[in-house]
Amino acid sequence: MTPPAEPKRWLDHARNVRKIYHAVWVVCGLLLLAELFVDKHGDVEIEHWFGFHGFYGLIACVALVLAAKLLRRALIRPEDYYERR
Amino acid sequence: MNVAELSPGLTLIFGSVLIPLLPGRLRSAYMILLPLLGLVHLSLLSSGEFGALHYFGQELVTLRVDRWSMVFGWIFMIATLISAIYALHLRSPLQATAGFAYAGSAIGAVFAGDLMTLFVFWELTAVTSVLLVWAGGGLSAYRAGMRYLIMQIASGMLLFFGALVQLNATGSISFEHIGLDAPGGWLIFAAFGIKCAFPFLHNWLQDAYPEASEVGTVFLSAFTTKLAVYALARGFAGEDLLIPIGAAMTAFPIFYAVIENDLRRVLAYSLNNQLGFMVVGIGIGTELSLNGTAAHAFTHILYKALLFMSMGAVLYRVGTVKGSELGGLYKSMPLTAIFCIIGAASISGFPLFSGFVSKSMILSSAGQEAYLITWAILLFASAGVFHHSGIKIPYFAFFAHDSGKRCKEAPANMLVAMGIAAFFCIGIGVMPGPLYAMLPYPVDYLPYTSSHVLAQLQLLMFSALAFSVLMWTRIYPPELRSVNLDFDWVYRVPLARLTQRTGAALRATLSAGERGVSAALTGLLDRLEAQRGPSGLLRRSWPTASMALWVMVMLLAYLLFYYLG
Repeated sequence: MTPPAEPKRWLDHARNVRKIYHAVWVVCGLLLLAELFVDKHGDVEIEHWFGFHGFYGLIACVALVLAAKLLRRALIRPEDYYERR
Repeated sequence: MNVAELSPGLTLIFGSVLIPLLPGRLRSAYMILLPLLGLVHLSLLSSGEFGALHYFGQELVTLRVDRWSMVFGWIFMIATLISAIYALHLRSPLQATAGFAYAGSAIGAVFAGDLMTLFVFWELTAVTSVLLVWAGGGLSAYRAGMRYLIMQIASGMLLFFGALVQLNATGSISFEHIGLDAPGGWLIFAAFGIKCAFPFLHNWLQDAYPEASEVGTVFLSAFTTKLAVYALARGFAGEDLLIPIGAAMTAFPIFYAVIENDLRRVLAYSLNNQLGFMVVGIGIGTELSLNGTAAHAFTHILYKALLFMSMGAVLYRVGTVKGSELGGLYKSMPLTAIFCIIGAASISGFPLFSGFVSKSMILSSAGQEAYLITWAILLFASAGVFHHSGIKIPYFAFFAHDSGKRCKEAPANMLVAMGIAAFFCIGIGVMPGPLYAMLPYPVDYLPYTSSHVLAQLQLLMFSALAFSVLMWTRIYPPELRSVNLDFDWVYRVPLARLTQRTGAALRATLSAGERGVSAALTGLLDRLEAQRGPSGLLRRSWPTASMALWVMVMLLAYLLFYYLG
């Protein structure tokens, strides 16, 4: 549907999207490494574990999405569900 | 009586009356001038209680100025200015008039020093804001508006009865710390809870906000729920029950946000989640946590308005905000996309953006007071909010699969409004000092420590990693044209059927009875008809809500005459 005259953007190339995907991995790796140089002081004891916030965020989000997928199976209805009754 | 003894809410309410009377450009200029006047009005106020009225032997305090009311007064007025600019492209004055009256009512409520004044403005926010829902147009907006209005009026009624119980027991209607054990405490708590979208009382929010007009939702997102947060902080600070309630509010809506297709409804769910943080802060009740609640309300109003404005601009240009229909809009609306990303970064709490300096105060206080489970839930919700508001909203609207839709960039007035909100989002994030100086209690908190910044960056980037991996592997649930059942199903389907059937049965019984009686009384009725006419006052039936409305109108008229006289 894209008009032929429209030039392709940087993001339209699959290889650039792949670059972004890899960059996210690299940034996460660097953030773990950075922990070696930062004196951690949190309000809660477990915050001092290595990479706690990173792994917590990762697990939380994967669990969130998988749980939401299951939830959707039970809750999903057609768009005009309420209009029909 | 000088202007510094009048509630700044009245400036907007009485000012709104002029909006429909002014033509074209003059009206636009006036819509910008009015909130600016409101800001001047705020700057003239000094601490204390003013504007005392006497009504049925009670003293009403229409203007209570202290650090709590001022911080909410400022942000409400700023939000009014931003929303007004966002509304400048509208030809019809209706939405702006309703919006200003609504904003003024919310500000009036914030400065109310007693429960009756609070009640009057509380109900006024309901009746003015429903017009913004109805401005969305169509039958579904009308119905959602009715459901919204019923809930809001119910909240007001509970507040009214709660105030009466307090008056009866203590002889005073002053609005100070209440607590659940106080007479009328539970009634008032429930009233605030409805407006604050507590779990199971929350559906009006996700129901009505996405049905409102693009301008309406921006107004709505700022005032009603934050007024409730303010009222809770005043009346129920340190109430332990608020901690689990708030924690539940942060967690449950994000599951819905992940699978919701209407992006403005996703934002409504995340609004609910953000309210949860504020409610936890009120429940903990320390100076740090209450400061956190006030600060978070302040920053939240700005970034939530920014997000709703960006989605409103998409709705205005494309005609839909369904994730399944959008994608690739960064090509057509690059500035809107940038503003949306700034709002997304702020709500996610990225360092240098406003959410970072406010949300962390609440998390810190939960950790310091050893509410470990609550702390863990808040951390989960922080990751989750980045996931669905921070990434999902900009991703599905502006990037993702190119929908092929091409449109114009948002109108200039919308861009200016978004620009102002974005300026505040970054400004507060970079320089939190001025905001901290406005908070109710002295602030002894440093958001920018290397440890805190690293922890937050890890949390967010690993959440982004989760999103990327799930997208890359196609595990992430796609956006589907659908609705998802929420608690409102209970009253929209089974309860609605039950009332319909009961109503039908009742009507049948009544009309049978009526036929019998009317046959006997025909002669008498005929005479009465002749006297009073077919639409005479005595023949109409009056619902209870209209009774409440008239009480309110009376109070308002009284207020008006007092000021004029």
